[in-house]
Amino acid sequence: MKEIRYLWAINEAIREEMERDGNVLLIGEDVGGPGGSFGASRGLAERFGPERVVDTPISEAGIMGLAAGAAVCGLRPILEIMFMDFMTVCMDGIVNQAAKLRYMFGNQYTVPLVIRTPAGGGLNAGPQHSQCLEAWFAHVPGLKVVMPATPYDVKGLLKSAIRDDNPVIVVENKALHAMKGNIPEEEYLVPIGKADIKRSGSDVTVVATSRMVHESAKAADRLEKEGISVELLDLRSISPWDRDTVFTSVAKTHRLVIAHEAVKSFGTGAEVAATVSEEMIHELDAPILRVGAPFVPVPFSLEKAYLPNSEDVYKAVKKVLERIL
Amino acid sequence: MSELTKGEFMASYRDMVKIRRVEETLMDVFSAGEIPGFIHVCIGQEATPVAVCKNLKESDCIATTHRGHGHALAKGIDLKLFMAELFGKKNGPCLGRSGSMHLAYKALGIMGANGIVGGGIPIATGAAFASKYKKNTDVIVCFFGEGSAGEGTFHESLNMASLWKLPIVYVCENNGWAEFTSQSVHMPIKDVADRAASYNMPGVVVPNDFLEIYAAAGDAVERARRGEGPTLLEVKSRRWHGHFVGDAQKYRAADDIEGARAQDCIARFENYLFSNNLLRPDEAAALDREIRDSVSQAIEFARNSPFPDPSELTEGLYA
Ligand SMILES: Cc1ncc(C[n+]2csc(CCOP(=O)(O)OP(=O)(O)O)c2C)c(N)n1
Repeated sequence: MKEIRYLWAINEAIREEMERDGNVLLIGEDVGGPGGSFGASRGLAERFGPERVVDTPISEAGIMGLAAGAAVCGLRPILEIMFMDFMTVCMDGIVNQAAKLRYMFGNQYTVPLVIRTPAGGGLNAGPQHSQCLEAWFAHVPGLKVVMPATPYDVKGLLKSAIRDDNPVIVVENKALHAMKGNIPEEEYLVPIGKADIKRSGSDVTVVATSRMVHESAKAADRLEKEGISVELLDLRSISPWDRDTVFTSVAKTHRLVIAHEAVKSFGTGAEVAATVSEEMIHELDAPILRVGAPFVPVPFSLEKAYLPNSEDVYKAVKKVLERIL
Repeated sequence: MSELTKGEFMASYRDMVKIRRVEETLMDVFSAGEIPGFIHVCIGQEATPVAVCKNLKESDCIATTHRGHGHALAKGIDLKLFMAELFGKKNGPCLGRSGSMHLAYKALGIMGANGIVGGGIPIATGAAFASKYKKNTDVIVCFFGEGSAGEGTFHESLNMASLWKLPIVYVCENNGWAEFTSQSVHMPIKDVADRAASYNMPGVVVPNDFLEIYAAAGDAVERARRGEGPTLLEVKSRRWHGHFVGDAQKYRAADDIEGARAQDCIARFENYLFSNNLLRPDEAAALDREIRDSVSQAIEFARNSPFPDPSELTEGLYA
């Protein structure tokens, strides 16, 4: 095992996959010489040269479509979109093109494309640099969406995404970039679509994504001192998501809280809650509760009040234990 | 273009120095951790906002970018209001929701800085569309950097504006850098203004010189006001500092930074004013003291202003 920062784990994943397969390449703004806006591609241009680490104009719509076009012709582009907010600038390339080319053309083409993008608040970067838009993409058939919460998972999931023959969106959380964690020295993959049981417990299941996994762990520590046993699942993949692991856990605890940083309305939490209700409402002892951001843009100075945190998870768990169905 | 009076020369000089002092002070208070988020300063580029906005009337609108402090100040925003917003305070014009990167002030036609590169270009074009529709002769100025000219919005907007003869002036401040990437890496041409030809509008290139920018912007604004359509005006300006405050600029050669500093648009204008007896060194020194005082007062004002209350978080989402 070795200790590594989340950001450097991303770098290692890209480096290893580019070593392994000459068709893997990195495309994006400032990804070359400067090593990326957040530093994720440091050293890659030196190692692989400008043909494989491509600095682009500020043309998200263009580079997204270009990456999809290159992907259907056999390349395996990794596209960096500097902030998830800028994904909105290239929605056609993602939603109408990359997501549809395979199915629409009768399975003739594959679209092995990865979009890496940092999301979330914590930098006081304001309404246009702080959003979590994963639910938008999970809503589009043809796309896969993963949200690794640890250095281990980001490396393993990014490598799986690069090897996947479908467009995969890898959502990083900026607040996690500096996080340290242990990873094996040797190569490993983390499969897309598998949740991770972070701690097992018996009173309530908390399903969390990305940064909220860590906030939920804090809440679980606090609840444990009060004698409340939380089973914490890191969903890791949003689409497809691991129904089996969630169902098994809910069948054990009979109570469910879902926590994400994105706006609560119409989010991942809504999908998980609805599915659990459809499939196993008889197992539930209490209404399902969701923790998420309020239904407003991320404000500049009130960001702290805006962002969901461990206190919100703590309160939701207490509430779900009090209420009965 | 109208001839500037002595008073207007003085006012222009004052505005340029004001922008620089504001930016220098912001670099200090930001580095000291008093302002969260990102800020992007426009030191070295002060001539453009002032020379362009001197051609505008109050009801004319501007749209700007992440590097938008100079434009808002040149359009006349009160320094205290401006600072309050940058500090995220409740009494800022955007209620502390925008900070530096999205600062807007409707009362003076400041339609917003923008966190999205190229995001402001169609917004400004829409404002010009509305001006023409309402026949009110207001002109819109759209500021952006050369990096933004890589976005589709730039091309789509210029095409529509020219097609419909909209009253807008596109001002590209070409400082040679888009974040950490130099122009030659992302653009196969030297002059962004060349692109005007493909949209059948005048494309004008001027150096980072107040008088030349003032004259060219004046022509463009008048043309727009006469209903003859848009102009693409490119200023070869220079960025003295990093992309954002705190950027160590490892990607940039020392002589590029020195070269930028050697081209000081304020010193150039000052020399002109001195040698034409439009300003005396003692007057310049007095102005500078006055400006420093007002900047300190604005900072104090912002420091002492209240933050918005968390209970107001969800207020005002819909009209
Ligand atoms: C759509 C979008 N893409 C990328 C960015 C990140 N970004 C912010 S400023 C910038 C460079 C802009 O360069 P330019 O337009 O020349 O303006 P300058 O910073 O030089 O004033 C980039 C790439 C962004 N904010 N929005």
